[in-house]
Amino acid sequence: MSAQEEIKEIKKTTCYMCACRCGIRVHLYNGEVRYIDGNPDHPLNKGVICAKGSAGIMKQYSPARLTQPLRRKTGADRGAGEFEPISWEEAFSMLSERLGKIRATDPKKFALFTGRDQMQALTGLFARQFGTPNYAAHGGLCSVNMAAGMIYTIGGSFWEFGGPDLDRAKLFVMIGTAEDHHSNPLKIALSKFKRDGGRFVSINPVRTGYSAIADEWVPIRPGTDGALLLAFIHEILAHGLYDREFLVRYTNAGQLINVDEKNDEFGMFLRTEGPEEEACYDPQDKLWWDRNTQKAIVTHTPGADPFLLGEFKLRDGTPVKPAFQLLQDRVKDYTPEWAEGVTGIPADTIRRLAYEMGVTARDQKIELPIAWTDSWGTEHNTVTGNPVAFHAMRGLAAHSNGFQSIRALAILMSILGTIDRPGGFRHKVPFPRPIPPCARPPNNPLAVQPNKPLAGIPLGWPSDPDDLFVDKDGNPVRLDKGFSWEYPLSVHGLMHNAITNAWRGDPYKIDTLMIFMANMAWNSTMNTSEVRKMLNDKDEQGEFKIPFIVVADAFQSETSAFADLVLPDTTYLERHDVMSLLDRPISEFDGPVDSVRLPVLPPTGECKPFQEVLIELGTRLKLPAFVTSDGSRKYRDYPDFIVNFETEPGSGIGFLAGWRGKGGEKFMRGEPNPNQWEMYAKNNCVFHHELPKSYQYMRNWNRGYLEWSQRSRITRYAEPILIHIYSEVLQKFRAAAQGKGFSRKPPEHLKKRIETWFDPLPFYADTLEGQISDKQKYPLAAITQRPMAMYHSWDSQNAWLRQIHAHNVLFVNTRTARLSKIEDNDWIWVESQWGRVRCIAKHSEAVEPGTVWTWNAIGKAAGAWNLTPDANESQRGFLLNHLISEELPGAISNSDPITGQAAWYDVRVRIYKAEAGEPKVTSPQFEPLKPYPGQMERKSVWNYFAGGKK
Amino acid sequence: MQLALVIDLNVCVGCHACVINCKEWNTSGTAGPMTDLNPYGKDPTGTFFNRVQTFEVGTFPDTEVVHFPKSCLHCEEPPCVPVCPTGASYKRVEDGIVLVNYDQCIGCKYCSWACPYGAREFDETQRVMKKCTLCVDRIYDTHLTEEERRPACVRACPTGARLFGDIHDPASEVSIAIRESGGYPLMPEWGTQPANHYLPRRKTRLRIRKDELDRADNPLKIDGQLPTPDRTAPSLDDIASW
Repeated sequence: MSAQEEIKEIKKTTCYMCACRCGIRVHLYNGEVRYIDGNPDHPLNKGVICAKGSAGIMKQYSPARLTQPLRRKTGADRGAGEFEPISWEEAFSMLSERLGKIRATDPKKFALFTGRDQMQALTGLFARQFGTPNYAAHGGLCSVNMAAGMIYTIGGSFWEFGGPDLDRAKLFVMIGTAEDHHSNPLKIALSKFKRDGGRFVSINPVRTGYSAIADEWVPIRPGTDGALLLAFIHEILAHGLYDREFLVRYTNAGQLINVDEKNDEFGMFLRTEGPEEEACYDPQDKLWWDRNTQKAIVTHTPGADPFLLGEFKLRDGTPVKPAFQLLQDRVKDYTPEWAEGVTGIPADTIRRLAYEMGVTARDQKIELPIAWTDSWGTEHNTVTGNPVAFHAMRGLAAHSNGFQSIRALAILMSILGTIDRPGGFRHKVPFPRPIPPCARPPNNPLAVQPNKPLAGIPLGWPSDPDDLFVDKDGNPVRLDKGFSWEYPLSVHGLMHNAITNAWRGDPYKIDTLMIFMANMAWNSTMNTSEVRKMLNDKDEQGEFKIPFIVVADAFQSETSAFADLVLPDTTYLERHDVMSLLDRPISEFDGPVDSVRLPVLPPTGECKPFQEVLIELGTRLKLPAFVTSDGSRKYRDYPDFIVNFETEPGSGIGFLAGWRGKGGEKFMRGEPNPNQWEMYAKNNCVFHHELPKSYQYMRNWNRGYLEWSQRSRITRYAEPILIHIYSEVLQKFRAAAQGKGFSRKPPEHLKKRIETWFDPLPFYADTLEGQISDKQKYPLAAITQRPMAMYHSWDSQNAWLRQIHAHNVLFVNTRTARLSKIEDNDWIWVESQWGRVRCIAKHSEAVEPGTVWTWNAIGKAAGAWNLTPDANESQRGFLLNHLISEELPGAISNSDPITGQAAWYDVRVRIYKAEAGEPKVTSPQFEPLKPYPGQMERKSVWNYFAGGKK
Repeated sequence: MQLALVIDLNVCVGCHACVINCKEWNTSGTAGPMTDLNPYGKDPTGTFFNRVQTFEVGTFPDTEVVHFPKSCLHCEEPPCVPVCPTGASYKRVEDGIVLVNYDQCIGCKYCSWACPYGAREFDETQRVMKKCTLCVDRIYDTHLTEEERRPACVRACPTGARLFGDIHDPASEVSIAIRESGGYPLMPEWGTQPANHYLPRRKTRLRIRKDELDRADNPLKIDGQLPTPDRTAPSLDDIASW
């Protein structure tokens, strides 16, 4: 082909090789992808790109791609992958008929669970409009503890909601595996931080990923983070290294709590006489004990200064203590010596690290010349920063004691005075939110009615027991038992229990389970072997226990094999998409950012974006949001929906915040703009509004920011958001369990559980599984991490990425391995009380001796992802999930008892050598999957050269 | 002029961005294609001009994990060049880049035996030796912006760990980095004078002096809890009368 005939194009869009959402430029030669590089003008990645993003070519042309709708062959077992192609029209009529019947009778018999949570604004809308409460994204099995623990404490959290300000931090502490959440921006920031001379401490059972470049690696036993954090707080309090001014003004540390155990109000804040609290914000009606007048006084009274410590008596004799005193009481016994016994970290190291945090925060203060006004009208000429920053995600979250550990982290960050300040933690719009955020789940079963949208939104933020989604007997309304007494604050649902519950019919049987982009028959489920059986299990009448399963995905996966109906999704290069402020935007510290994906290639085969599937289904089912008043089609397609949908008629709020108004002259709010997509296209697919400097910090209590946020309808209220050192929300649940107050009460068998875990102050307890494990028999903790080239990706089918990680091994500390006579590269068994797997052991000095670990989701089932049945992923790679139970004895989820966060990292194991005669193949193995109709052929040699053979 | 990469091990997190971006640029570039064998089967292998090796140093708990990206070092005295029987392997005078002329390469692999760094990659389907070109098809391409006229690995690297420039120019970014941040070549004892250099890990420590810990303006004092020694602890009052 001559140069003249070559057509070269560069198209900008947004990456989706992981969850980061970097700006990319796709270079096309003759319609084929020649090169994908980072968009230098994109605020998130500033031109860089990672291994996954660079491997997008191999995702686009992967032979694992599904290319046509498929129906399970009559009589074929689920899981066998025996399919026949059908048309989209057949698929849509089959689905709309089935779903229409469900909706007309009992909408909750339709369950929609999605693996990715960046399309929640649409998937959640669809579920709500359908009328089912059985909807969630993958947050419950990912990091809901991080979202809930932080948001219930500081009104914001990490990743999309906020993050460490490494630009100005001097000390950065990363706890547990966290690399996959905001990977490129964190890499950019970390490198700059190190080059600027910052000190980076990594606390992690394993030294890998970013920990490799840490100035200090502090190995810790898994699940003991709470003990460490509480010991840090103990030391910081003992030496007065906390930021008293910050605590007084911006947290509830000084607020008085009733400590009269006999009183019905025990554990509750004292309040001034005032109208009933109705709104979801924290009214400013609490009391301090004023040092000047030595009496109780309304908080933030000008001239008043509260005691943070001490015990006082009201005139009526009621004993009261400031919240901070209760915190001091709580951490009294959490000494570094105690924590050493729990965490394995020497007490001297714990002390030294606490002093590093405390002294850096106190003595290296940053003063930025930025004037701002706080919520109480005080004008400040500067913004102060205490330059200690933290980051944590799943490592802390994925334990059944994770919520309280994360509360401890948020409190540590708060007592150091680092919240939304330079060099500490900074929020990203639309955060901070009131504590808890205003959205509530429905609180009774009447919210679900035939042919009606759900009365309320499926996922929300309970503020007390009356917000739980239970019936009059306290039984769950949701299939996953979210917002029930078992997991009251399950703000992201419990996707990991959906299949087991549906199979068992507990709390009820469902009809149709729709799964989008989640590998629930493999690495996204616990107890994988059994869950696979459940998906194919039949009742006495020979009917499937889960009657109908729909899987929408771009790839042939272990899960699609179990579907009755497979809907082929497009890749990210073939579709429109939005990263919306209604969902998980890509905001920066300095202001709101949302973005779009634009198709750079036509869909492959008959692939259809899942968004289009939902719009079409919504229209056919006549869900109110998708049809006009006469029941006819409202939106031509997804792009049309994005432009014209408003949260309410005339609200001016839609999925995209940029270039609203008829001519694109407005932002945040404004009428639909028919040219909105074009305007995003012209602007690097990004809308970025940089807030005035005076609105960029202290946003929990920044009057200017809060009023801007209110005017922009980001929040309904502009009230200050005080940090909850002491959580009255948790206390309300505990009080209910103790029979106090007027709210609903938990059922008898859960009272003890609620009373124990709903502690208004963080505490340390062993994980639920740890408490029931024989640690003599199972002496090791087993955890997983994701390798950087596979963070948040599903690219085992990717020809380039799989060459980096084609199989995983179990890393074992060399001394631990030798105790069991296990040599490097030996085949071994790893066994928990729930199951065992055979795999290859690898000696490592970069893991603490009580922990074994592996790269997660590298191991695959034979033939899945259209790899050959003898591929390394299935023969040498393995899945640790087989060792992890989705339930603990008593059919309760293996999850945090507060949030329902899947406790992936709680499992205890032992290891032993495989017998000499055993096959050198991982176990368990499954019947190899065959390619589905319409899949591209697997090449055995590939000389990829874009735009034609060289 | 001697173009080279300077790789900062102090910030490299081993993410493989450089590895894959190199592959995607070069497979459809002048040095491509870059073959993959068994891309969806057992033991997949392929041609990569750049690879990251990760290894552990030391024993627990004093363990370092090093991510070590490695590609052709564009030696000033490249041992791969004189051994080439056809002259296919050569070093450019104008910029010091070591290249292979595929048309002259007979696939005898002498160069890969001669290279002490294992930086050469034999392409099994084309039967020629391939290697890093420092993206010679990018860095002089005037259709590209100046920012783009850099090797793909350098542009991709999220931590900016890869610096690119002329190590013979004392004012260049790479020369300054080598000079000021302890840049070193690999195995200098072989006399190959690698152009690529590595910057070592650097540790930042914090020393908290005892007298910094408890300050007089300690907030505990405000709340009446400034720590004072236990009254019963021994003091001079018990032993000296003067």
